[in-house]
Amino acid sequence: MEPARSAVGLSVREAVHTLQSSEDGGRVLSVLGSLRRYLRGAEEPALPDEQEEFAAKHFATVLRCLVGRLSPRWLQLSPGGRLEQLWGSFFLEGPADQAFLVLMEAIEGTVGPSFHLMKMAQLLARFLSEGRMAALMEEQCRPQTKPGFPLLQETLLSKVVSLPDHLGNRLHQDNLAQFFPQNYFPLLGEEAVRVLQAVVDSLRGGLHCSVSFVSRVLGKVCIQGRHKEILGRLVPQLTALTQGSCLWQRVCWRLVEQVPDGAMEAVLAGLVEAAPGPEVLSRLLGNLVVKNKKAQFVMTRKLLFLQYRCTTHMLQSLLGYLAMDNQRRPLLIQVLRELLETWGSRSAVRHTPLAQQRYISTAVLICLAHLGEPELRDSREELLASMMAGVKCRLDSSLPAVRRLGMIVAEVISARIHPEGPPLRFQYEDDELSREMLALATPRPAGDSSLEAGGSSLDPGVAETPAEIVEGSVPAAGLQGSDSELDSDDEFVPYDMSGDKELKSSKAPQYVRDCMEALTTFEGKDMERWEAALQALEGLIHRNPEATREVSVELAKVLLHLEERTCVAGFEKLRQRALVAVTVTDPARVAEHLTSQFYALNYSLRQRMDILDVLTLAAQELSRPGRLGRSPQHSSLGPGTQSSPALPASQSGSAMAPDWRVVVENRIRSKTRRFSKGAPRQEPAGGPNEFASVAGCFFFPLIQHFDRPLVTFDLLGDDQLVLGRLTHTLGALMYLAVNTTVAVPMGKALLEFVWALRFHVDTYVRQGLLSAVSSVLLSVPAERLLEDLPDELLEARSWLAGESVTSQEFQIQKGRQVAERVLGACTQVHRRG
Amino acid sequence: MAAPLLPPPPDPQFVLRGTQSAVNALHFCGGTQAQGCPLLFSGSQSGLVHIWSLQTRRAVATLDGHGGQSVTWLQTLPQGPQLLSQGRDLQLCLWDLAEGRNTIVDSVHLKSVGFCRSSILVEEQLRWMLAVPGKDNDEVQILEMPSKTSVCTLKPEADAKPGMPMCLGLWQADTSLRPLLLVGYEDGSVALWDISERKVCSRIACHGEPVMGLDFDSQKARGISGSAGKELAVWSLDGQQALQVRHIHELTNPGIADIMIRPDRKILATAGWDHRIRIFHWRTMKPLAVLAFHSASVHCVAFAADGLLAAGSKDQRISIWSLYPHT
Repeated sequence: MEPARSAVGLSVREAVHTLQSSEDGGRVLSVLGSLRRYLRGAEEPALPDEQEEFAAKHFATVLRCLVGRLSPRWLQLSPGGRLEQLWGSFFLEGPADQAFLVLMEAIEGTVGPSFHLMKMAQLLARFLSEGRMAALMEEQCRPQTKPGFPLLQETLLSKVVSLPDHLGNRLHQDNLAQFFPQNYFPLLGEEAVRVLQAVVDSLRGGLHCSVSFVSRVLGKVCIQGRHKEILGRLVPQLTALTQGSCLWQRVCWRLVEQVPDGAMEAVLAGLVEAAPGPEVLSRLLGNLVVKNKKAQFVMTRKLLFLQYRCTTHMLQSLLGYLAMDNQRRPLLIQVLRELLETWGSRSAVRHTPLAQQRYISTAVLICLAHLGEPELRDSREELLASMMAGVKCRLDSSLPAVRRLGMIVAEVISARIHPEGPPLRFQYEDDELSREMLALATPRPAGDSSLEAGGSSLDPGVAETPAEIVEGSVPAAGLQGSDSELDSDDEFVPYDMSGDKELKSSKAPQYVRDCMEALTTFEGKDMERWEAALQALEGLIHRNPEATREVSVELAKVLLHLEERTCVAGFEKLRQRALVAVTVTDPARVAEHLTSQFYALNYSLRQRMDILDVLTLAAQELSRPGRLGRSPQHSSLGPGTQSSPALPASQSGSAMAPDWRVVVENRIRSKTRRFSKGAPRQEPAGGPNEFASVAGCFFFPLIQHFDRPLVTFDLLGDDQLVLGRLTHTLGALMYLAVNTTVAVPMGKALLEFVWALRFHVDTYVRQGLLSAVSSVLLSVPAERLLEDLPDELLEARSWLAGESVTSQEFQIQKGRQVAERVLGACTQVHRRG
Repeated sequence: MAAPLLPPPPDPQFVLRGTQSAVNALHFCGGTQAQGCPLLFSGSQSGLVHIWSLQTRRAVATLDGHGGQSVTWLQTLPQGPQLLSQGRDLQLCLWDLAEGRNTIVDSVHLKSVGFCRSSILVEEQLRWMLAVPGKDNDEVQILEMPSKTSVCTLKPEADAKPGMPMCLGLWQADTSLRPLLLVGYEDGSVALWDISERKVCSRIACHGEPVMGLDFDSQKARGISGSAGKELAVWSLDGQQALQVRHIHELTNPGIADIMIRPDRKILATAGWDHRIRIFHWRTMKPLAVLAFHSASVHCVAFAADGLLAAGSKDQRISIWSLYPHT
């Protein structure tokens, strides 16, 4: 062997020398031709031994020499591009790994754009398009014995994966489309499939092969975040290939197994995302989670508990995969147990963002759908305990979405754990979220493979249409049948029948005192009078303010304690409106009473919240500009909405009045010619803010006692819902007190209040605080703010900055936005000062 | 469709006041005949019958013949100005009103204390048939008048138990001479009696509550009944004398005291316990108007031959309406 090797070495050295020095085209061509003999697949090839030696020892030298010679003038040595073609063939036909390394080295070594660089890039593009990358990887899959091999493989790996980066760095704008990541990585995926195909073929032929290089490439690409591109090509092909082929499946399993631990998470997450369903995932992964600790950690903990970015579909794939094999099912049960533990943890409910809670809930529901009755029975007690804890702290939450989640999940869990017991039923609105969640809880049919087969298996059941509804044999209309007379209906134009309402048998009371009496009678027999009184009350109060003032406090008392005794439509609304009307009529005394009752002993939370609502609405009504001298309009609270004169329909005596008025107005309008069009505008009448004189009565009693717990009422403890409402109400009162003299002391008190509660754990309360701060900023003039309450303002500002960050952590989007906006307003105030 | 363009409900043409008690019965007389101006009879709770001139809109006479007991039914006879009045004193009086007289010429003693109004069928001049509630709870008695001979007693079969008769309607088909009687019973059913055979031809249960009023259109062989409940029932009679429910109309408020089809069979009116008079198109049963004028339940409605509508109410007023005049 020694002489042969030296012979090859000699001839190569001679050839390299000629190439470097000669300017004669013919000579260069002949030298290259002789060197070509050593390449595999050439005509009249050299001896295999010689070829092997050339490939192992001298190929790189020749290539480097060729790269070095490359220049326009050199290529012109032989006409017709023959030299260029021959030059390129060395790179494209020789051993791919060395050719690739030399190419990359040459490209990296070039500084700035040049002819040389472009040529090399084009050659690399050809290299890629002719499938040499597959050859390269295939080479690495063969058993290797050479020393220093792992090092070489490492270099190759990093060059293969970072090719788009390198090329982009060198070529800048001249970069070729093939090297863009969005094009390169799909290509890499296809090449990987070809490599795997070759591996499968050689395994069939009884040869040993290793896919670890492909695994490492895959891992590295996924770590770089290009899993979508590469797996987008790889997974569909593998899905098709693994169907019905055990060998392919085993190659696939091996492929994922060989992924280095560091890249396992990226690859698995990518696969879960790319797989169309649990069946495919199961084929691609096998029992990886059982064998590989890292994979198990990723699949059962990391994707479920430590992050929440998976879509519902991914979750279904992932948990379905765990459920599909008997070896994996224990893992699923364990996952469910841990999920429920997290779901039931109070601190998790309080401190994790809503999106994650929803994620966990979704996962729980999917798990339940996959698990069978006997499996659940073993851990029933434990699951039940977690569920109860979770439901309890969720129902306590002040965020409606959290409560809803609790209800939905609790219903499903209890139905699955206790199928024989009475079903648990909550009342919640049927919306998209709840429907989606409930749909998850119904188990999917076992052989649901329509996704992966690419639409080949059509659902036969869907096409069936229900039998047409046979028309009823008895025609419903028998009235016109036997009538021979052809009297037309034209002469019988119906009159307006909108007044045809249900009749109340008892008459509505005519006086406020009568109403009070009717409302306080406790005999069950006179319910109709009670209803009529409730319905008439608001109107009576508005019509007789004097009479109302005489009894205002008693009336407020009666209304506050009023309970719904019959099914009156809109009872809550009627009561609230009446209370608001009383408060507006006699603000100082009623507000004093209501605020004192807010902190009194024997009230329910409902009543306390009613008090807050009434105070807010009354303040709003009082502060509405131009309120005086206008008929009470309940619906349009916004100032400046001048609606057409629509009198309440109950005044039957004057029911005729609007009609002729409308007719007359229409007639006048039709006869009048106007020169300028435009809506007839009414100047908003100026007037004193009625709320100004009583704002203090509304505000200060409410803000004073919040920190003194009662036996039945602890604002700083369990009753945080009411505290949230209180903060919102105070904010609203503050806002409505704009342009009043009392605004400054109110703002001061409110900022102190905010300061005291700034670290409250409940989101709703903190939202209320934010709104309170913003209304202080709006209502108190900036110069007063800076002059009178600079310290409070600074404190509020620092809190807002912190709040903005906290909200961001918890992904309470709204909270963050509001905090930032308020902070902005705060900063503006400072700047102006 | 054209809902916002509907005209507001009309007002009454005029209102008759002065009965000084609830009006329970109304009846028009004349109008097209040669007797001069039409008259309206009203029977009140206090037992008086007022005779109103529709021209002067004043009461021209007051008849007191029921001893202070409520008058429940009024009917004039075609021959001469004769008036039948039924009172809760169990008397059915025949008044002679000719030439300004107002004397009771005859009376029939009734045996039922119920509220059932009687019904007459004029067969020929000077002979007419009278149906009155009978002695037993569920009986109807047929009398030949003016001889007051009892023709028969219509008693339902023992197992039927329809309750008391609540309203009666005697009629005769144009083609046959057999007198027929429609009875609305307490159990909400309407029965058709063949008087000559003394048997029930057909009976339908069309209401859940006692039938309070019915009227029948013999030309179209269709009738309508109202009850204490919320529904109006339209039924028809086929060739085999069988009743069939055609249509049920649901009202807003329960309780119909009286029901009447206008003589030209175009519209019908109901007297509602909910203080409202309702007008329907008779052929299609399309609601045409809801007249909310009275402030207490309406007890009776009556149509004049010329289409004038009168309604008497518990609020002691009689409202006169002119709706959808004849063409």
